[in-house]
Amino acid sequence: MQCPKCRAPMHTYNRNGVQIEQCSGCRGIFLDYGELESLTRLESQWSQPAPPPPGAPQAYPAAPAPAWGAPHGGHGGHGGHYGHKRQKSFGHMLFSS
Amino acid sequence: MRAQLGSCARIAMGAYAPGDPSAQEPHGTYDPRGTRVTADVLPALSARVRTAAHPAADVCACGADATSVLADRPNGTVVRHGATVVKAHAADTARADLAARLAVAAHPGLDGVLLPPLTPDAAELDGRPVTCWPYGTPVDRDDPDAAPWEAAATLLAGLHRTPDAVLPPGLPPMRGPEKAARALARLRAAGPHPAAAPVLRAWAVLPPWARDEAPMPDTGTLCHGDLHLGQLVRAGNGDWLLIDIDDLGRGDPAWDLARPAAWFACGLLPPDEWTRFLAAYRKAGGPAVTADGDPWPALDVPARALTAQTAALAIAKSVERGRPLDEVEMSVVDACDRMAAIPPELAKGRPA
Repeated sequence: MQCPKCRAPMHTYNRNGVQIEQCSGCRGIFLDYGELESLTRLESQWSQPAPPPPGAPQAYPAAPAPAWGAPHGGHGGHGGHYGHKRQKSFGHMLFSS
Repeated sequence: MRAQLGSCARIAMGAYAPGDPSAQEPHGTYDPRGTRVTADVLPALSARVRTAAHPAADVCACGADATSVLADRPNGTVVRHGATVVKAHAADTARADLAARLAVAAHPGLDGVLLPPLTPDAAELDGRPVTCWPYGTPVDRDDPDAAPWEAAATLLAGLHRTPDAVLPPGLPPMRGPEKAARALARLRAAGPHPAAAPVLRAWAVLPPWARDEAPMPDTGTLCHGDLHLGQLVRAGNGDWLLIDIDDLGRGDPAWDLARPAAWFACGLLPPDEWTRFLAAYRKAGGPAVTADGDPWPALDVPARALTAQTAALAIAKSVERGRPLDEVEMSVVDACDRMAAIPPELAKGRPA
């Protein structure tokens, strides 16, 4: 198809399972009906941590924490809260004076 | 088995701390003790470690790759050659204090707890005391799942249970509060930063002893004084040992648990890893906390101090290097903000 704006040919790309058309001239993007919603949905899935599996047993009871503790720190669970931050703080903060 | 990895007959030397990120600090920049360090001790130290590794040989056949720098800071330059490590301590190290700390590490009563030095005394090199140690394998900083939490806790419990008779008469206090106070001084010297105010507020509500402004109330227990995961190495027999005696001394043993406690409270250490650490410490009979129940009455003040220390150093380094705080550093600053609003005497479960 041709770009409705500059009339250059448009090429089809697949982005996370959503077909989008991009103009080879002005780089504009053409979305079909529902494709914007599909992309928005994919984006929100990416930024939200996956929910824990239902009924997953907790290895330890919630540990006591100080009143100044982090809102999610010290109140049990393995949620997405510790994912990348754990990796980052481990090699960085936990080895330093 | 002691001093299993080599001999060090001609020189005397100190602890080594492999892989401390502040090892990458350029020397000649900031000395936490307030003096500029200009002399480069590395070439002389590299020569020393070769001699230490081969005391009887005139020639070293190990090749150039056998010598590596494990840390290079004004307060600790560490060079490895094969199985031998030498450390140049800070120039202003009190020599008598270092001698007493070395004597603790060398004492058979600390076998299996502290890495023993290869020689009992420190040597002098370019105005810095130098100590000599066997090399040990550090904790893998890329593998959080393999972190030796139980071993760290068990070693601390063993250290804290050291009988008083083992400690030399001149053993000074552990330097935890002094280190924290130095970090706050470095923060104040770094210049203005928007995150500095909550850290200073958190510091201000601490009792004087935790700010190094009064003697520690508890000096009955041998403490490491600067525990973190860079302070464990695997010895030749595969067992973990504590290293780095620079801050070792008498004090409140809760200080040694306070860094993992602070990481947990700041949301950096998952609850199950903290719980494993605490349970192993209790199982090994460690005296810093009660055998069961809430450990925070004992941990609150030291964990606050170490959180403030960590935040202060992070801000100071970010100012010195012109970079923003990352999200991990921000979570420590955020914890300071919360703790400033809840003074220790008002904290839950705090004994009178």
